[in-house]
Amino acid sequence: MNLALRGLSLRRVWGLIKKESYQIVRDPSSLIIAFVLPAMLLFLFGTAVSLDITNLKVGIVLEETNPDVNLFVESFTNSPYFDVTISRDRHKIEKMVLEGELRGMVVVPGQFDRDLNKATPDAKIQVITDGSETNTASFLQNYVTGAWSNWLNQREAQDGMVFNPPIEIVDRIWYNEDANSHFYLLPGSIAIIMTLIGTLLTSLVIAREWERGTMEALMATPVSIGEIICGKIIPYFTLGMCSMILCVIITVIGFGVPLRGSVWLLMLVSALYLGTALSMGLLISTVAHNQFVASQISLYVAYLPSFLLSGFIFEISSMPIILRGITYFIPARYFVNNLQTLFLTGDVFKLIFMNCLWVGLFGIVLMYLVVKRVRKRLD
Amino acid sequence: MATKGIILENLSKTFDPKGPPALSDINAIIKPGKITGIAGPDGAGKTTLLRLMTGLLLPTQGKVIVNGFDTTKNPEAIHNSLGYMPQKFGLYEDLTVMENLTLYAELRGISKHDEKPIFDHFLQFTNLIKFKNRLAGKLSGGMKQKLGLACALLKEPEILILDEPSVGVDPISRQELWSMVKEMISHGTTVVWSTSYLDEAALCDEVLVLDESKLIYNGIPQDLTKQVKGRVFETSHYSGEKRKVLQNVLQDTRVIDGLIKGDGIRLVTKKGATLTDLKSKLKLQPATPIFEDGFIDLLGGIKERKSVLAELLEQLPVSKTDPIKAEKLTKKFGDFTAARDVSFIIKQGEIFGFLGPNGAGKSTTFKMLCGLLTPTMGRAIVLGYDLQHFPSLVRSRIGYMAQKFSLYGNLSVLQNLNFFSGIYGLQGKVKKEAIEEMIEIFGLTPYLSESAETLPLGYKQRLALACAVMHRPDILFLDEPTSGVDPLTRREFWLHLNGLVQKGMTIMVTTHFMDEAEYCDRICLIYAGNLIALGTPDELKRSISGKGPMPTLETTFIKLIEEYQNSEANNELSA
Repeated sequence: MNLALRGLSLRRVWGLIKKESYQIVRDPSSLIIAFVLPAMLLFLFGTAVSLDITNLKVGIVLEETNPDVNLFVESFTNSPYFDVTISRDRHKIEKMVLEGELRGMVVVPGQFDRDLNKATPDAKIQVITDGSETNTASFLQNYVTGAWSNWLNQREAQDGMVFNPPIEIVDRIWYNEDANSHFYLLPGSIAIIMTLIGTLLTSLVIAREWERGTMEALMATPVSIGEIICGKIIPYFTLGMCSMILCVIITVIGFGVPLRGSVWLLMLVSALYLGTALSMGLLISTVAHNQFVASQISLYVAYLPSFLLSGFIFEISSMPIILRGITYFIPARYFVNNLQTLFLTGDVFKLIFMNCLWVGLFGIVLMYLVVKRVRKRLD
Repeated sequence: MATKGIILENLSKTFDPKGPPALSDINAIIKPGKITGIAGPDGAGKTTLLRLMTGLLLPTQGKVIVNGFDTTKNPEAIHNSLGYMPQKFGLYEDLTVMENLTLYAELRGISKHDEKPIFDHFLQFTNLIKFKNRLAGKLSGGMKQKLGLACALLKEPEILILDEPSVGVDPISRQELWSMVKEMISHGTTVVWSTSYLDEAALCDEVLVLDESKLIYNGIPQDLTKQVKGRVFETSHYSGEKRKVLQNVLQDTRVIDGLIKGDGIRLVTKKGATLTDLKSKLKLQPATPIFEDGFIDLLGGIKERKSVLAELLEQLPVSKTDPIKAEKLTKKFGDFTAARDVSFIIKQGEIFGFLGPNGAGKSTTFKMLCGLLTPTMGRAIVLGYDLQHFPSLVRSRIGYMAQKFSLYGNLSVLQNLNFFSGIYGLQGKVKKEAIEEMIEIFGLTPYLSESAETLPLGYKQRLALACAVMHRPDILFLDEPTSGVDPLTRREFWLHLNGLVQKGMTIMVTTHFMDEAEYCDRICLIYAGNLIALGTPDELKRSISGKGPMPTLETTFIKLIEEYQNSEANNELSA
């Protein structure tokens, strides 16, 4: 198929690029996919979607009141993470948990005070969480444990027994100091947007050419396959990069996400991924000759995997082993990692280079398949 | 020196190894410098054959040699000297006329320097100069077609291949296109022109006729017409109602084709049959044969001789009110008036034909009458009810068959029947009986579980008709029911229609086929949103000829529109 790529006529390629550009500018749907959709997605990920926990509804059952316990309870009521319902009636709170009004409950039992003031104190509290949302459940559990040991320490201090812990744990989260989920969601969503433009939009516009019969007319002219491919890649590459720049601006200026890496490296990394996504789009369009099929295939082959398996929302390390294995074959995985690194950490060359190597490898394989599969023919 | 023209050698093409071939064993030589027509019904393999010639498809067996180049080995060489216009014209609808021309000039390697005079020439010739900055998608069908042709002709191709350039286009645009090709091609250009219109095929220098993937005729069209010489007759001096007379004469196996032509009847008879009794009974006069007569003869004459459908339907009661009354129907889309003050009355049991160029407002008026569009002004009174106020009441009593049959391609035959009986409000036992009846009448039993899309064309048409009439409507609306359908299948369709109107059903039909317009009791001609002529086919013909010889309906149609255009131009001048 080298023959197809040899002897590109610049005039023909330029003619095709002009044509494609007119179409992009005049067709609202491609502009929507390239500029409105990204802005909307970023807005959603930046405001509506949050993986942080605030105002978690929990119930506290106080089967007895006691000034000692109040301090413990206050650590919940004063926390921004919780919205607390307090009751003396265990059954009432239990019912609310069952009905889903509360995510969990903490029970301070009736004999708490007695057990606490025993010679060897063995006072217990009980934590019940809604296991249908595991993240929330484990968060509540961890928080209670923390608050509980905190309370114990404070009590001992009050009792005059100066408590000098041998080891003090000081939490500090690196790269994303506030542990703000927007900071890693927003850079990651750029990968999703690039996948949309490179794969979905490209395969859709080619399918449209098949549907309208223009591809057939095009193929019966002296134009070569190489020229047709260039005539598609160049305009959509440009469009994708413009969209990327828009996303970066919104992310950094609109949502205050830091960009700690260098801009040129971000461009380079994105360009490489966009190239791979475009090759995927072209490959899909060799099989899908109508827009419905093209959008279905893009959805299943490119969009959903990039969304679910790239580590953009769902942590790869907490996936089952088989899924984790599959993520290695999702180019977006490497790109998402690069984006998060570039935005939150900086130019970690070794890591970025390895990721690029993988993305590039996928790009080359996909492009090879495209060139091998595309023929100037209808069957 | 390579031989010019196109050679088809033992050519076969199969898409699905298990299915039937799309083309089987075609041998023909297409001569250089001639216009060769490829005729045949939809699905006969016309498009496949053209695509094989362009090298966009490769043969399963045999080979195609275009100007000395094998399409398998050397498609690039062919594309350098090829002008190809696929169906739908291959235009970019979101590009302007000029941008389309520029793109194709660049693709075909016309130098920047040469572009301008070529563009000017084409824009002049196609009359598109005023529209050069208009988006191609906003052009009328006829203009799109001319632009598509211009894009294919830009670099004076040695081979010009046109895939149904005139499908769904009115006679005027067809005529313009034809003269454009004739004038634009230089000597030595090989033109291949596929068409489902046999009158168009008859104009070609040579013709290849395809039917069910086989080549059934290859030669000069006149030679085929000659085969039926002395076997074609016309009569207008018969006694009785014309549809009844035709129905009776079709029972005679010596007759291989019979049509209604205005007030007269036209017959083609079997070779070597003695016709003395028939001639005297019907007062038959010899008539000039046309290509279509030869074509029907080649296929062995009509297959269906009576409409079982009409026989099984009970006679509809005679109604006191006229079934359709259009009162000054007007429809505006924004500041564009698609139909203006259209008024007419259709009587019960009448076949009323609706003719007019594409975009003239035919479909708009048609849709207002079956309740699919609300008129801006005026009233559509159907079966005595104003459609605007009683739409659902009326809709259950009309049958509607849209262009291209409007079946659900992915559903099976039985599912389609079920669906349509449901939307027309049939239920329970009545529904079950109606479906069973349709299956029996149209012989659909072997196809029940097949999806509608893959049905043979003739059965598709039967199924569509079955879906439209199974609820026994009083009125049947047909929107270009037979475009792209072969002559035999069309005849079967009209056989049913003839039977149905005799049972008191009223039929309103739009068509581009002039022979179908001849079947109608009355026709009206719509142009630029106005009703410009209304009458029986023969009345209209006489209106332009005076006492001279009867012109064809096509000539009449073109003449009437020209007259209207002239009078409009005069009005504008005086205003």
